Amino acid sequence: MATIQPKVEEPASDELTLVHAAKAGDISAFEQLVKRYDRNVFRIAQHITQNREDAEDVVQDAFLKAYQNLKNFQEQSKFYTWLVRIAVNEALMRLRRRRPERMVSLDEDIKTEEDSMPREVADWSPNPEQLYSQGELKEILGKTIQGLPPGFRTVFVLRDVEGLSTEETADALDLSIPAVKSRLLRARLQLRERLSKYFKNRVGGDGKQ
Amino acid sequence: MTCSEFLKELTDYLDDAMDPQTKAELEDHLQWCHNCYVVCNTTKMTIEIYRESHLYELPDDLRTKLRTAIVGKCKSHDDPEHA
Repeated sequence: MATIQPKVEEPASDELTLVHAAKAGDISAFEQLVKRYDRNVFRIAQHITQNREDAEDVVQDAFLKAYQNLKNFQEQSKFYTWLVRIAVNEALMRLRRRRPERMVSLDEDIKTEEDSMPREVADWSPNPEQLYSQGELKEILGKTIQGLPPGFRTVFVLRDVEGLSTEETADALDLSIPAVKSRLLRARLQLRERLSKYFKNRVGGDGKQ
Repeated sequence: MTCSEFLKELTDYLDDAMDPQTKAELEDHLQWCHNCYVVCNTTKMTIEIYRESHLYELPDDLRTKLRTAIVGKCKSHDDPEHA
């Protein structure tokens, strides 16, 4: 079976030049960095907060904070990984504000392995894209990932949607590599399990629920 | 290899981050275990469908609005008197 090929986007070689110029106070250089990564930051923020307004605020606050703290960016990691770290913290802070009754942290939800044991083992057929319209599909995917604990969906989004490496994800989230791998496996399996309810092969039916 | 052992290695297998010998053992397991084959295949589809879904795209008008606000705030930070 073919494996998943990571969506690796190497930063353009001019990135460090832009970072250096921005550090020296060149706002147009920083604006170029905003243009390069605003879509990614918005997507990550919306995945974590599950709220459009919060995601918009996170984009603004994360870039502003990055600008204010550029002099502290040691360039040991990529600028993007450093920015993601800021954005994730901002997003988690907003999530905590909306859910003061619940502790929201990347360390929560450490449960037994059982929560990820596959129960649904029917293959998906026909292809989900053939079964649902684009809009329906987005609704299902959004609803499904929303049900995942924040710590799981954050790792999934960084690794599998944004294409960060395991090491970069660990760096951005301040987690160990085994912790990232364990959360990623469980996030993938839990999403698979939940999506199977919609996409599994239905013999003799019209395919829809 | 048991199904639980297979499951533990699933993430590294899908990411192609394992030594050739372990990979061969996993693929041998997939040859005869239909359940693991389905779990592996549908997990791979899960990742691909999210990656290609364009969930939470930033619309162009909102993008411009946010960028203008960010640049404005950065300028105010540099020069608070002209905020």
